[in-house]
Amino acid sequence: MKILLVDDSKTMRNIQKSVLAQLGHTNIEEACDGQDALSKVKAYGPDLLLVDWNMPIMDGLTFVKAFRQDDKTTPIIMVTTEAEKSRVIEAIKAGVNNYVVKPFTPDLLSQRIQETLAKCTAA
Amino acid sequence: MDPALITPFIKSVQNVFATMLQLPVEVEAPKIKDKSSTTYDVSAIIGMSGDCVGSVVLSFELESALRIVALFTGSEIQSDSPDFADAVGELVNMISGGAKANFVGRKASISTPSVVLGARHVVTAQKDQPVIILPCVTDCGRFAIEVSIQDQTESAGQTAQAAGAKA
Repeated sequence: MKILLVDDSKTMRNIQKSVLAQLGHTNIEEACDGQDALSKVKAYGPDLLLVDWNMPIMDGLTFVKAFRQDDKTTPIIMVTTEAEKSRVIEAIKAGVNNYVVKPFTPDLLSQRIQETLAKCTAA
Repeated sequence: MDPALITPFIKSVQNVFATMLQLPVEVEAPKIKDKSSTTYDVSAIIGMSGDCVGSVVLSFELESALRIVALFTGSEIQSDSPDFADAVGELVNMISGGAKANFVGRKASISTPSVVLGARHVVTAQKDQPVIILPCVTDCGRFAIEVSIQDQTESAGQTAQAAGAKA
């Protein structure tokens, strides 16, 4: 499975990579903002995306909206400090499949990844 | 400054450190920053806009920052590495994001963080805006959160009230 991590913080990408490695996922590509992610998605063809919200150049929500114009099905998990209900609703309306609020435990992130993949496989 | 804007930072810093670092944080009594206040070696700064406008600064002495970053990232990182600034910036991002989610009746946005490194620097906020310092104590050393936020909903209410009194 190919996973694209989109976060401007290398620290957070490393933490997420370590959780993914524990789940057996090692085919991982990284992007440091929405624009960088848009330039990589076509060539990489991810099966799952983990996307931060607040990033320079292009934020995660703008990226999700742009990505969803061409791809309606690849699962996206928003991993962000934006915890307000209105923000979660905004992200889901834009096409996000699941939501993880930072700070998170490895167990929570792992659980959200597994439930997202299970739902998308069943659909 | 409304205490309802300070309490969320206390809860948020404790939550971030407990969740990401498994490190308990004791927050001492808040105080107003004055000229005699401590200087720092590492500061991560984030801007806030919307109903609450201002800045949040997470400041450390170098030794504390090195230990906390090592715990956060799982590896010892030198302070001149970009990864060190990245980690400190992410901490202020999570603390501020968690705090603003608990601002009752106020919507705020946060900027991407900036990090300042340099021995004994001082971060100065807007002239007319008080800075509340939250001194934090951990097993990895001390640090502080400096909150300087203006509640725009309160200012708007005061302006409307003044306009009403004039009319």
